[in-house]
Amino acid sequence: MTNRNRNVPPLAVSGLTVAYRKKPVLRDVTFEIDERQLVGIIGPNGAGKSTLIKAILGLQPALSGEALIYGKPYKVNRKLVGYVPQRESVDWDFPTSALDVVMMGRYGHLGLFRRPGARERELAMDCLDKVGMADFAHRQISQLSGGQQQRVFLARALAQDATLYFMDEPFAGVDAATEKAIVTLLNELKRNGKTVLVVHHDLATVADYFDSVLLLNGEVIACGPTETTFTPERLQQAYGGKLAFVARSEREPAGAAGNGR
Amino acid sequence: MLNLLTDPNLRWILLGSMLLGLSGGVIGTFSYLRKQSLIGDTLAHAALPGICIAFMLTGVKSVGLFLVGALLAGAAATLSVTLITRYSRIKPDAAMGIVLSLFFAVGIVLLTRIQHSSYGNQSGLDKFLFGQAASMTSSDLYTLGGVALLLVIACGLLYKEFKLLCFDPGYGRGLGFPMGLLEQLLLGLTTVAVVVGIQAVGVVLVAALLITPAVSARYWTDRLGVMTVLAGLFGALSGAAGAWISSGVSQLPTGPISVLAATACFVASVLFGPRRGLAAKLLGRRSARRRWLAESAGVAARANIQAAMQATAQAAVLTDGQANVHDNAHPNVHSAAHANERGASV
Repeated sequence: MTNRNRNVPPLAVSGLTVAYRKKPVLRDVTFEIDERQLVGIIGPNGAGKSTLIKAILGLQPALSGEALIYGKPYKVNRKLVGYVPQRESVDWDFPTSALDVVMMGRYGHLGLFRRPGARERELAMDCLDKVGMADFAHRQISQLSGGQQQRVFLARALAQDATLYFMDEPFAGVDAATEKAIVTLLNELKRNGKTVLVVHHDLATVADYFDSVLLLNGEVIACGPTETTFTPERLQQAYGGKLAFVARSEREPAGAAGNGR
Repeated sequence: MLNLLTDPNLRWILLGSMLLGLSGGVIGTFSYLRKQSLIGDTLAHAALPGICIAFMLTGVKSVGLFLVGALLAGAAATLSVTLITRYSRIKPDAAMGIVLSLFFAVGIVLLTRIQHSSYGNQSGLDKFLFGQAASMTSSDLYTLGGVALLLVIACGLLYKEFKLLCFDPGYGRGLGFPMGLLEQLLLGLTTVAVVVGIQAVGVVLVAALLITPAVSARYWTDRLGVMTVLAGLFGALSGAAGAWISSGVSQLPTGPISVLAATACFVASVLFGPRRGLAAKLLGRRSARRRWLAESAGVAARANIQAAMQATAQAAVLTDGQANVHDNAHPNVHSAAHANERGASV
């Protein structure tokens, strides 16, 4: 982390094409993300948002193109990357506690065979505390609410101590309190010099939460600062003109993120 | 019981059954949590042609050789399942069903050919395939002990990795763990457990040694470590029960009795598991209902009292109005004191 070049962007994707079957889901995706940015990945269902993240993380093979993390392939700079998958991607009835799940964030640092010990436990507790879940550390994970489960996933990503984070719909199906907790956390991450990419669906909050947006629909529609990129025209383009765009009500403009609603 | 410990033959059977149950329970925990309980069944049925081919090629009945044949056949079977699910819309359960029966059919064909031709010393091969713990010898026991030890050590060393594999393999891959390799390793270990189990309980029943103890263990704990140990314990106890009961009563087969014992353990777990069990659920619901009734009765009582207090206050105001004519203080004080008294009784 020390020898990281300031000029190298945390994430540079070029010519990335991904296909599940014959038809490409992502075509020639090229963009760059600057450091210390909260980036919203916006687009309709099936636009390839999750696929993009999975392809960057090597979970989904790409037909062509590459994704560089701080100038190097993902395999090299893997430890710099934290990932929060969709909550539904795991079975929450698994016999394990919230603290155990958060400790999984340290597994990558431990490597093969080594077991997590007191240090990992302490760090995991800190991370749980950061998302307001310290009291639930020893709860079995099925006994947590959806929002609490989401926070556990966030704490696990925090435990990875990464500098570039990918979050797949962390706001999906959580209540206002958890949404606020997540936003606070995102801003804290940003203050600590981290870069976060978030797959997001609620267009009404985009301007409040994110510095930059990546508009996606099979290909990159636009990528840049929220003020100049998140415009009705571009949105129409991304959503194929089918979007009955609700003009944003006169809430505070971008930059007020963190205060939530 | 006594002759179990004194008769060396029976002692082997007892120890062998326990080791089998132990390894089945431990490795079965992971298959069950990966929602691949049926993989054990698939591997067991796939082992049949593998064992037959190994026997046809060598003409020797040895667990080691059979293990190699079964491992190769098991690998072919799981590969087929993986390919079918990856390149079609067929779900794993259907794919396992297809592969399982195909391999079993091939196995039966081969077995019939073996029995009707002059392959070496073929007597007892069918007993091996369909399970007869009594045929276990001391050398089989060494193999079993080695396998059990291998499985327990592997699961101990790779506990964290296997946990990740069962809970969130995608995340594990993201962390840089060789998840594909770990998956193959777990499958390999499962095959080993299945193949050594076949000798005691047979191709058809061996899956029970993997599934039943693990499912039972889940009822007693919310922690993976404890669950793994419990599953191993339940498996070993079932094996011991099978060996003990079948040694006491003549003409009873060890393997099936072990499976019955494991099932009895499962039923007990379903009924009496501390939080997930039926009894606990019923009791919990009943006490919750009682508490709720008490609570709502309390609320009703409080509402009654409030209504009564209001009525008293109104009455007081009324009497106040009347009293105002001649005396100001007295009735007012009286009704307030009255209300206080009622309030205190709440």
